[in-house]
Amino acid sequence: MNIVVCVKYVPDAQSERTFNESDNTTDRVGVDGLLSELDEYAVEEALKIVEAGEGEVTVLTVGPDQAADAVKKALQMGADKGVHVNDEAIHGSDSVATSLVLAEAIKKIGDADLVLTGMASTDGTMSVVPAMLAERLGLPQVTFASELTVDGQQVTIRRDGDAASETIVASLPALVSVTDQINEPRYPSFKGIMAAKKKPVETWGLADLGVDASQVGLDAAWTKVESFTKRPPRQQGQIVTDEGDGGTKLAEFLSAQKFI
Amino acid sequence: MPATRLMPTEDGQDLIDLTREICDKELRPHVDEAERAAATTPQLPTEVFRTLGRAGLLSLPYPEEVGGAAQPYEVYLQVVEEIASAWMSVAVGVSVHGLTCYPVAQFGSDEQKAALLPGMLSGEQLGAYCLSERSAGSDVAAMTTRATPDDEASPTAYRIKGTKSWISHAGHADFYTSFVRTSDEGGRGLSCFVVPGDAEGLAFGAPERKMGLHCDTVSEVHFDGVTVGADRLVGAPGQGMAIALSALDSGRLGIAAAATGLAQSALDAAAEYAKERKQFGRAIADFQGLAFLLADMEAAVTSARATYLHAARLRDAGRPFSKEAAVAKLVCTDAAMKVTTDAVQVLGGYGYTQDFPLERFMREAKVTQIFEGTNQIQRLVISRQLLKG
Ligand SMILES: Cc1cc2nc3c(=O)[nH]c(=O)nc-3n(C[C@H](O)[C@H](O)[C@H](O)COP(=O)(O)OP(=O)(O)OC[C@H]3O[C@@H](n4cnc5c(N)ncnc54)[C@H](O)[C@@H]3O)c2cc1C
Repeated sequence: MNIVVCVKYVPDAQSERTFNESDNTTDRVGVDGLLSELDEYAVEEALKIVEAGEGEVTVLTVGPDQAADAVKKALQMGADKGVHVNDEAIHGSDSVATSLVLAEAIKKIGDADLVLTGMASTDGTMSVVPAMLAERLGLPQVTFASELTVDGQQVTIRRDGDAASETIVASLPALVSVTDQINEPRYPSFKGIMAAKKKPVETWGLADLGVDASQVGLDAAWTKVESFTKRPPRQQGQIVTDEGDGGTKLAEFLSAQKFI
Repeated sequence: MPATRLMPTEDGQDLIDLTREICDKELRPHVDEAERAAATTPQLPTEVFRTLGRAGLLSLPYPEEVGGAAQPYEVYLQVVEEIASAWMSVAVGVSVHGLTCYPVAQFGSDEQKAALLPGMLSGEQLGAYCLSERSAGSDVAAMTTRATPDDEASPTAYRIKGTKSWISHAGHADFYTSFVRTSDEGGRGLSCFVVPGDAEGLAFGAPERKMGLHCDTVSEVHFDGVTVGADRLVGAPGQGMAIALSALDSGRLGIAAAATGLAQSALDAAAEYAKERKQFGRAIADFQGLAFLLADMEAAVTSARATYLHAARLRDAGRPFSKEAAVAKLVCTDAAMKVTTDAVQVLGGYGYTQDFPLERFMREAKVTQIFEGTNQIQRLVISRQLLKG
């Protein structure tokens, strides 16, 4: 079973998010970044599948130089090899272009029985790349898995909805996006850190994938951020003084805000 | 604010990153609750140690062949410091565990190393260090716990009788690195044994009710005629004191690093508070009287770190470091006491309440001046080495 896990390097949610003044894209260079936490679930799930059977886990990222850290982290967790697509022209790409680059990279990696992704990135939170990617690769699209089993030539997932849980079966090869309910991602270990240094990581540009620069980047994007403003500082909270009717006042406040 | 670190290697930086991640996700969310609960019902956070063990953080300074990570002290101690900045009791536990493995790693025979270390360093086990007794604290040579050989000429087993006091991890540990008397020749009559945690005759007292560091569970260990094979004697009979002191040279550095991490946390909390708290119409940090207090705290933490790292680098280079380790223990733990006390001051009345962790930090700092050699004993070590010859 060969698994490709798509992972994204995102700004650390702990630190302040910023946008580039020049083109209104998310600043990924001037801030601390890391492997998107939602993608850790996909890496963990891939490792579990391979550990229970056999095969190889390849992590794939599209991003600037620093995105190599996301690949490194996944390799430290236990993935076998990495691919980093890094090209100046990709900067500012939207989901459509990102899915194109990912699809071409997956084709070049070859032989993927299963493509795994997180359910969304923690910065863009669009959740559309998995669907677009499945479409481009012509694979069954099985999204939001909170449980996953592979047997023989098919994959079965459980998708938990508000009203019901669905069980979905697809033939392999397939693309599955996983939720944060599916497992508990492992931490790297010292052994994993050392082993990761010897694992192969390939860096490809657009030319290696046969993708033309005009198909990607900010200029090719279907949508554009026109402007941004900082979230205004939080307003001073309202203090309820309890003069015997504190409970009622609290309830009034909550119902006025439509919380109850 | 995380401490500024210059790690000697990329592996070292990766280890710090991993430690910070585990601290943020597994330690910081639980420390307040766990320490509060343990104040009434002492409880070792065994799950946390398991997580650290699986990540390889319980065996960093030992050779890779036996399950360690062959990390220099310069790296290992900074990992301990990071852990302490999140949860002091856990950092002390990591340091104590490292101490318990040291005698076998340094003084054990090849057979003992092969037989014992892979388990001890697997990350699944936790050790206890049995040196102190009720009447033998600073004066280690006054100990009375005794191991009697089954055969004087060629012993195959020893029977241990006596009681050890103040033992961290007692009752939870998988093995007890124990120093006991094998002859009456004072300090030259001590020997070191590694006693399995499930040995028959091993019993434990009620947990001590302490001022703080509640998740470092401490109690007496009774040896009611515990039989251990002669293959569990580490080093030669009579070498125990030398082994114990050598182990403490390294163990002290762990305490120094942990104290530094604790001080850093207190400083961070105080600095953040001072920027937000307003009195007389402005942030209290804007008053020079308070800003200078914070500056002194920063100077104390930074110089403490430099002091333990200097000793660590000497050790890593194979140079003598016993005096420098004692200096580091003294300087770092006194800094921790001062900085945590001043941090309470910065928060005023709030600092004195349990709504903030500062009062806990202050209680945790106090013990670092006491265990692994009181700071008076450190001065003894320093002055003796300074003035000898
Ligand atoms: C939380 C905690 C955990 C511990 N964990 C362990 C453990 O895991 N294993 C273990 O073996 N022990 C452990 N200890 C014991 C600790 O190491 C001893 O408490 C310490 O060595 C001091 O011994 P004592 O308490 O008997 O004090 P004493 O030796 O009685 O000292 C009392 C005072 O006299 C001073 N003093 C003593 N001798 C001199 C001298 N020559 N010159 C000047 N002043 C002197 C001391 O500095 C101190 O101020 C722990 C203690 C605590 C509190």
